[in-house]
Amino acid sequence: MDLGWLGAGLGAGIAVIGAGLGIGKLAASALEAMGRQPEAAGQIRTNMIIAAALIEGIAFFALVICILLAVKA
Amino acid sequence: MSSDTLVVNDTLVQHSSEGAGGDWMLHHIMDSNYLDFEPFGRILLPHLELFGMDISITKHVVFMWLVAVILILILMSVSKGYRKSLVPKGFTNFIEIMIVFVRDEIVKPTIGKDYQKYLPYLLTIFFFILLSNLFGLLPYSATVTSNIAVTAALAGLSFIMTQLGGIRNYGFFGYFKAMVPHGMPVVILPLIIVVEILGLFTKPFALCIRLFANMIAGHVVILSLIGLIFIMGSVLVAPVSIAFALFIYLLEILVALIQAYIFTMLSSLFIGMAAHQEH
Repeated sequence: MDLGWLGAGLGAGIAVIGAGLGIGKLAASALEAMGRQPEAAGQIRTNMIIAAALIEGIAFFALVICILLAVKA
Repeated sequence: MSSDTLVVNDTLVQHSSEGAGGDWMLHHIMDSNYLDFEPFGRILLPHLELFGMDISITKHVVFMWLVAVILILILMSVSKGYRKSLVPKGFTNFIEIMIVFVRDEIVKPTIGKDYQKYLPYLLTIFFFILLSNLFGLLPYSATVTSNIAVTAALAGLSFIMTQLGGIRNYGFFGYFKAMVPHGMPVVILPLIIVVEILGLFTKPFALCIRLFANMIAGHVVILSLIGLIFIMGSVLVAPVSIAFALFIYLLEILVALIQAYIFTMLSSLFIGMAAHQEH
């Protein structure tokens, strides 16, 4: 009964839920800000991409741990 | 690295029920001792050892050298283009757009006053990471930055530059003293010191893992989608699978550009925060 694969799958799924919620909230407020002030759209887009990459970085921490679980156990 | 490959291969062969186990996928992602030109054969690379440490030349080392040689050729031709006239044309202009982008959008806003001291290092890592990431998308080649040793070395270099930036401006003890904000109650001072020192190390660690995981994830998704054809065993999966894989491929080009930008932006942010602290 190999639980390593199960743990990896569940962990990756939960991590993706967190990242999806975070980036969704980020995109929502960025698009609303772009709608309010279209001249600042370029700057808002740049900062949105930076924040999205940081949030994805955290999700990738979880991904790396899941891969470690899946191949070691 | 070769013994790690063997252990992982054994585990996956035990656990996979079909013949299309993770074997061929891992072979495309991990480092190997030979250069692979699939239907034509392979070139075996030399195995060197120094004092018992394995410094043999592997596929990722060869591609790192290739990226370095191409960068040297491109950037030296760009600097020669400046000798003809100060207003560049053609290829020199194209590279200048990227250099000016890094200088004006990334380095100047985040570091501020003495940004010229750190500009060569930041330009170097920007172009190296960009070219390595894009190289990984070509057939028969390997992604240098999908090797955690390479990204750890890049993050370590950024860490060293951050400390040098802070120590150069504030002196050795002044820099560490400036990490603790003034006007704190003395009781929680040990806690603040521990938190600040931990924060000092988690930032480059996050840089390393972010670049490594982004590069590996793209390749793993593409290989999994194509491997789905073999696992399902029927050709009918192929159009859907290849369409998705093509979409992820295009996304990977975007991710390659974004990750080079993010690594450089965060490195220069950390250098700016260490060199000009406004606590």
